[in-house]
Amino acid sequence: MRYLPKSPADRAHMLREIGYKSIDELFAPIPAEYRLTRDLKVPRQMAESEIIDFFRACAEDNASGYAVFLGAGAYHHYRPVVIDSLISRGEFLTAYTPYQPEISQGTLQAIFEFQTMICELTGMEVANASMYDGSTGSAEALMMAVRVTGRKGAVVARTVHPEYREVMLTYTQHQGLPITEFGYLENGRVDMADLEKKITADTACVMIQSPNFFGTIEDVAAVADLAHSKGALLVVSISEALSLGVVKPPTEADIVSMESQSFGVPLGFGGPYAGVMATKEKFVRQMPGRLVGETKDSNGKRGFVLTLSTREQHIRREKATSNICTNQALIATMATIYMTVYGREGIKELAQQNLAKATYAANEFAKKGKILFQGTPRFNEFVVQTKQDPHDINNRLLEKKTIGGYPLKRFYPELGNAALWCCTELNSKEQIDTAVQAVGQ
Amino acid sequence: MSDKYIKKATRHVNQNEDLIFERSSPGKKGYRLPPLDVPEVDYKQALGQAARADLGNMPEVSEMEIIRHFTRLSTWNYAIDLGMYPLGSCTMKYNARVNEVVARLQGLAEAHPWQPEKVSQGALRIMKILADCLLDITGMDAITLQPAAGAHGEMTGIMLIHALLKSKGNPRKKILIPDSAHGTNPATAAICGYAVENLKSNAQGMVDINALASQMNEDVAGLMLTNPNTLGIFEQEIHKIAAILHDKGGLLYMDGANMNALVGKTRPGDFGVDVMHLNLHKTFSTPHGGGGPGSGPVACKKALEPFLPKPVVMSKPDGTVGLDYDRPQSVGRVRMFFGNFGMHVRALAYIMANGPDGLRQTTEDAVLNANYIRKKLDGTYELPYKSASMHEVVFSDHLQSEKGVKTGDVAKRLIDYGFHPYTVSFPLVVHGALMIEPTESESLDELDLFIDAMQSIAREVNEDPELVKTAPHSTRVSRLDETAAARKPVLRWKP
Repeated sequence: MRYLPKSPADRAHMLREIGYKSIDELFAPIPAEYRLTRDLKVPRQMAESEIIDFFRACAEDNASGYAVFLGAGAYHHYRPVVIDSLISRGEFLTAYTPYQPEISQGTLQAIFEFQTMICELTGMEVANASMYDGSTGSAEALMMAVRVTGRKGAVVARTVHPEYREVMLTYTQHQGLPITEFGYLENGRVDMADLEKKITADTACVMIQSPNFFGTIEDVAAVADLAHSKGALLVVSISEALSLGVVKPPTEADIVSMESQSFGVPLGFGGPYAGVMATKEKFVRQMPGRLVGETKDSNGKRGFVLTLSTREQHIRREKATSNICTNQALIATMATIYMTVYGREGIKELAQQNLAKATYAANEFAKKGKILFQGTPRFNEFVVQTKQDPHDINNRLLEKKTIGGYPLKRFYPELGNAALWCCTELNSKEQIDTAVQAVGQ
Repeated sequence: MSDKYIKKATRHVNQNEDLIFERSSPGKKGYRLPPLDVPEVDYKQALGQAARADLGNMPEVSEMEIIRHFTRLSTWNYAIDLGMYPLGSCTMKYNARVNEVVARLQGLAEAHPWQPEKVSQGALRIMKILADCLLDITGMDAITLQPAAGAHGEMTGIMLIHALLKSKGNPRKKILIPDSAHGTNPATAAICGYAVENLKSNAQGMVDINALASQMNEDVAGLMLTNPNTLGIFEQEIHKIAAILHDKGGLLYMDGANMNALVGKTRPGDFGVDVMHLNLHKTFSTPHGGGGPGSGPVACKKALEPFLPKPVVMSKPDGTVGLDYDRPQSVGRVRMFFGNFGMHVRALAYIMANGPDGLRQTTEDAVLNANYIRKKLDGTYELPYKSASMHEVVFSDHLQSEKGVKTGDVAKRLIDYGFHPYTVSFPLVVHGALMIEPTESESLDELDLFIDAMQSIAREVNEDPELVKTAPHSTRVSRLDETAAARKPVLRWKP
């Protein structure tokens, strides 16, 4: 086996040294009746070239090189080549959690830079080293709000990503934390009157997403005022991180839970991605996940360490803020490199291009269908209502190597034949025109 | 080894890379966008009050500086690619490069999770084949690939137990957890709403069967057991453990963190385990990446299958692969989309590179390596439990502590010899633990170097304990003040 660095003679020598006659003796602690005496039913050992051939065939069975108009929590953005070039370095790729700071300063400093950039973008005071993804991060944010306020339960907007809501429900059902949902208005924003009815003295937090699942930018300040007036926290979830290039950061929020996939992370059929949690300094000890902090070494030199770990499971066990252990360090490093490449001006410029593409597309689609939720600002997603079932439109588009918008009927039956379309900097005018044409047929 | 007077490599420019923000100045750029092919939109006008003023202190640097910055940072990390990384229970094995190549194929890397099933067949097939492989490896009946990491898998598994027991009328109140368990186990039980009851180990470092029998009752939902446990010892009475639980209607959860000791040699499903998670980033070689991403599939017996998170990947009668969302008894969804698919790709590539013979040989080499280290270091370091070791061995610092040297000091000194430290002070059942897991990826030569280093450090403890207590001496930064970091946390850069 080519990954194993031992010759038969090495193995024989080692067995002699430890005083065993055969390898089987090493497995004697396993009761005989449970020892496997047959080969595992897995593919036979393959050459590297065969492995590549197999996955290449799989990749070709997937849409490859298609125009993509799907967003809905996973966004198709250009990835500068330096990202993979840098994260492929073995020192980033094959290191473990930086528990030994003297030989992990690379990962630690990169994460410290990540935390700083997330704070700058979200307008929060502290950010952690990452969560699994935006959906689990939202669930963790909700549980954090419960710890901070000592209240039970949350009021969550129906315009939060439907799968985020499913994940939150799974997490909270075991903790006796009821989740109440509140609706949206014809302009696509949350229904404040409905929210006011649903907040109680036991509501730990209100959660909205902005831009929300329909692409509409919420009035965060107004929701914050209402939540705070009832003693609840406001959690803002962001699934399209690039929106922060042009959209005002949700500084009125108490906790921001963001998916950072847009920042240089491949779509990858849904993962791995990286969630981020950011909050106010006063709540940091209730925040889950790893945190990197600055300190000095014994010679006074600046260095970085994992810190405030008394919140975490390996110290606090069942009293920890979360059971989370792994973060998404490599993905966070990808995002850090991405944010560095585009930086202060580029993230804005890129976001402006997204806005321009989506605005053009929405104007064109408006000629063939109805654009819902008019009159409120959007970023790079919009909802088109058509006479035909969007599934039929999408089937036609597949023949033109185009993946159309996400049909909303599954989660929002009240919207009828509506689909959520997304345009990024990667959608050319030509692609948009082709898609619009198919809608009109 | 007399590297006592080694000069620290702190003067070189490579060793003094600033924070990226400190390299930034207005007007520098690391990108260029293509010209816009649609009419421009004035965002301040379009967004009104929702428009952002500026992006604060985000960096402005050139591409050259970016490459140099992150390359320099990378050189401050230790990594498997540089040498042995014997962190016990973390299974730091070789991460094959072909895995990285196949995960980046365009049709996989650029696949949108919600693109139609008919243009996702390649990705779904990969998930289905991986699922089938993992089922045979574990001896289980059903599986979900959705959990994003080990602890996330634990949570999913305990939710399955809760759901099954609840469907029978009573989800019960407690989960039993041995004192040697990973910290994630009790934290998981707690977030699933269970009270945690500690289970003591016996003098052999295994579950005390009598204690288990007396603690097991109708209030106990199950036991979370790591096997081999965190002492590297196989629970030889596993069948009795399972029987005690099952007799009283409880379930046996296995933390699969140490599955690298078992693949191809025995199957948890055969020895009574009801549900378990696997760590693809440990046993199946997906890279740790400085602390993630992980991936924690959960495999279970038939009785738990109806409760698996949705969707489940399944073969359809027409020969295609699809996603089954129609699962009324499901515990729900634990992560959006389908989990860390990129890790599924890598794990399957690892399985294919090994085949059944390679997987078995891998396990045998992992166990052989640990036992070789044990034999060579026994006596130099105290071996608190004499039971046979599987893939890892746990010593204590008892002999060294007489000189005031602790496990953490020996670990730091190991850095000077070019190795990553072992896991320090865990498991908690051993005072001053040194937990060593070499994995199969180490050659005889590397193992001998490591053993020499550990013996040399033991001599230094006797001759010059201060040398060890102030280690490391050869790194870019010396021991860092972790207390100060926690007392007044500085968690971000400010201008």
